[in-house]
Amino acid sequence: MISIILLSIFGIVNLFVGFMKSKKVLMPVVLLFLAIALGATLLDWNQPQSYFSNMLATDNFSVGFTAVMVLSTLFILPFSRSYVVAENSNLAEYYSLLLFALVGGIMMVTYENLLILFLGIEIMSISMYIIAGSDKRNILSNEASMKYFLMGSFFTGIILFGVALLYGATGAFYLTDIAAAAANIDPATSPMLLMGLLLVLIGVTFKIGAAPFHFWTPDVYEGTPTVFTSYMSTVVKTAGIAAFYKLMSAAFGGVYEQWFPTVVAITVLTLLIGNIGAVAQTSMKRMLAYSSISHAGYLMIALTAFNDRSENALLFYSLAYAIATIAAFGVLKYVGDARGTDDYSAFNGLGKTNPLLAFVMTVAMLSLAGIPLTGGFFGKLFLFSAALEQDMVWLIIVAVLMSAVGIYYYFRVIIAMYMRDAEEARIAVDPLATFTLISLVVLTVLMGVVPGLFSNLL
Amino acid sequence: MLTALIILWPALAALLVLLVKGDSARKVAFGAALVELVLGVWAWINFAPNGSTQFLLNEPWIANAGIMFKVGIDGISLLMVLLTVFLVPLIILSTAKHTYEKPSSFYALILFMQTGLLGVFTALDAFVFYFFWEVALIPIYFIAGIWGGENRVRVTFKFFIYTVFGSLFMLAAFVYLYFQTPGTHSSEEVAFYQLVLDAGTQSWLFWFLFIAFAIKMPVFPFHTWQPDTYTTAPAAGTMLLSGIMLKMGIYGALRWLLPVVPLGVSQWANVALVLAIIGIIYGAIIAIRQQDMKRLVAFSSISHVGLIAAGLFTLNHHGLQGAMIQMLSHGVNVVGMFFIIDIIQSRTGTREIAALGGITQNTPFLSVTFLVLLLATVGLPLTNGFVGEFLLLMGVYQYNAWMGAVAGLTIILGAVYMLRMFQRVMFGEKNEITQGFTDLTFNEKAVLVPLVVMVFWIGLHPNTFLSLSEPAVLKLLDVIKR
Repeated sequence: MISIILLSIFGIVNLFVGFMKSKKVLMPVVLLFLAIALGATLLDWNQPQSYFSNMLATDNFSVGFTAVMVLSTLFILPFSRSYVVAENSNLAEYYSLLLFALVGGIMMVTYENLLILFLGIEIMSISMYIIAGSDKRNILSNEASMKYFLMGSFFTGIILFGVALLYGATGAFYLTDIAAAAANIDPATSPMLLMGLLLVLIGVTFKIGAAPFHFWTPDVYEGTPTVFTSYMSTVVKTAGIAAFYKLMSAAFGGVYEQWFPTVVAITVLTLLIGNIGAVAQTSMKRMLAYSSISHAGYLMIALTAFNDRSENALLFYSLAYAIATIAAFGVLKYVGDARGTDDYSAFNGLGKTNPLLAFVMTVAMLSLAGIPLTGGFFGKLFLFSAALEQDMVWLIIVAVLMSAVGIYYYFRVIIAMYMRDAEEARIAVDPLATFTLISLVVLTVLMGVVPGLFSNLL
Repeated sequence: MLTALIILWPALAALLVLLVKGDSARKVAFGAALVELVLGVWAWINFAPNGSTQFLLNEPWIANAGIMFKVGIDGISLLMVLLTVFLVPLIILSTAKHTYEKPSSFYALILFMQTGLLGVFTALDAFVFYFFWEVALIPIYFIAGIWGGENRVRVTFKFFIYTVFGSLFMLAAFVYLYFQTPGTHSSEEVAFYQLVLDAGTQSWLFWFLFIAFAIKMPVFPFHTWQPDTYTTAPAAGTMLLSGIMLKMGIYGALRWLLPVVPLGVSQWANVALVLAIIGIIYGAIIAIRQQDMKRLVAFSSISHVGLIAAGLFTLNHHGLQGAMIQMLSHGVNVVGMFFIIDIIQSRTGTREIAALGGITQNTPFLSVTFLVLLLATVGLPLTNGFVGEFLLLMGVYQYNAWMGAVAGLTIILGAVYMLRMFQRVMFGEKNEITQGFTDLTFNEKAVLVPLVVMVFWIGLHPNTFLSLSEPAVLKLLDVIKR
């Protein structure tokens, strides 16, 4: 809760900082803000509280996911240095929008009332619509913003429609009240509850980029400036999946049998489309977009399993995925900027010119592919364990096969970096970004070697 | 603690090697591998061959899930650990005449792989085993992919996808078994051994586990990655793959397949044996037709591994002990063979059998060591190959006389392709390529002499090693026959 207030204030203060002539102070200030917010978030650990007539409530679940989101933002910002150097005239506004989006994201994991969920989604989404178009002179960025806005607002409307139907069926906005009312509703005679749930589910599925509502993802990711893409695929996705899980567990845990077939169908479809779509890509950035779809599918396995392992598995996987994705986008930003393309070919010979960047990318790809020694492996292991405890063997077979497909496209980058040659110059990376990349690698390996530190937090 | 030190030291040394620039990386790596050899021998000296697991380390790893970081050494593990710590320094030394690009990365990867291999051979928890199983794979992928020969990208990628695909099935089986353990669940070896599962479940679990191990060995028909990968990888990579990594598959089957799903094994042992025996004959026949020496030895390796795998699935004492001793012998012999091929290639620039000839005339040392290793590979009495093949064939014969007879063809076919190769490469008239062929240098002798010593040590006094693994194998047989 404190983090919501702090980040809102910081966002506004930051706008004023933007009036100062020097852009150089901006990034340190925002990083400081985020560090404070992270500290404030962690103070709530093991101190569950509720606010505003229980519209918002913090517990370890919300604190855990808030921490993942704030930490992700903290890791992403150092890569925006080239925007500072370029004297981008609206940089302060973009940073503030990121902070506001973060506020929305935190509301999405802290809500106890559907209205707060809706507000959170709106705050986050509207910020992201603008961010997507922040590269104003790039036609692709404009396209991304437009597509994201049109589709996004449409789906927000669907969520709102669903919330209205849920209110009609249960007479409540509070999760606990909905859960209580839902227990007494027979879905056969009163379909309104399930209709409402389905509409909300469709809306949230869109927000996390799961199939069949994933079509915006590749185009939007491709057009958005890389640093902000990395924000989209980590912070926005984490908020979405955590909100999704919270909604299903707190309000609709009792009607698990009703929504299970739909969710499982979405999960399988997402895994298939994400992984198979990624194979066909020649652009690294579009590959990462499809990869983010596939990871939405893996995350949803926790939802289909829906047992006492799910929450921890979800948190662990979100963190492992966010760290690896930020590292991948971070390297991609430098390589893409220096070599003028986001294709795999841009990575040719990177192992020779920039061993560090290549190594970071390798660790990130291994983690996303779920190979041991990295956090991604244990993330997948925990998710699959949760599902296997429910005897969902066939779902895991699909997921395992898709993981094998994943290795194929993640390794294309590694092959390009180490096994293909190109006459390219060394890429310069500033010290702060280098430090961030190393921290990300250390964290990924730490999660992959001593997973016990992170695996049982909730 | 000793086990942890044995596992961790190469990884730490790898980090050290990364800091060293240029050619001295090899020397540092070699020094580190010698230290590791001392550690391994130290474990051997302090080891009491009584069937128990010693030097145990049991620390919580993922505490809430009941997954322990449990490693230790019993007789079976000890032989594999000794093989690994013995071969890695020789493999590093064998690269002396090559100048690799980025040598520090190359040698760091070799040492890092050693950590993975030793972890596999000492793991006593299924997830620890799987963890190290994949950790061993990543370095060899890069070694073969970056420093390999032509087509390396395609070939190593096929190898990687193939093996990971297999091991994902193993992981799925492990997770399933983990949930079958009582209480708060455990993935320890002993917990898996105590499981009582019905025959139908064990039947599919067998295939999930068998595929992973069969791909690694490789057993026919899962071998298609092997000849290309062995041929393409740099000499050191081929030695690591064939000398040590291949044993991961056999060891894995011995420790995590046979005792875990004994009913599944008894249902499918016949099929596995037939596949293994097809591999013996198939590998040998194709080896006869090879023009490239490295490829020839690669196919002969399929043949030899087929016999070891056949010995495993006989589930009798001779078969398992034969597999143990043959794992050592095969490791020693195949590394020696690949090294000699590397020597010939680096002197003449070719591995084509037809292009060579008359090498014996200038090279007494090379000829003798080559012949010793070659005859050991064929399985001549007094050499290490004889002990292993004899025990294995006896095991297979006990299981089924007809199978034993067919498997026995390996000795005849082996003699055919090996001696043909030796005759054409080493005897005959010198030609312009082999004209100035020089004998072994000091470094090369330093690699080959220990290997030849091992050939005779195992060949003349196999009990040094058989007695180490005997109690552990008997104990394992008790678990399998439970």
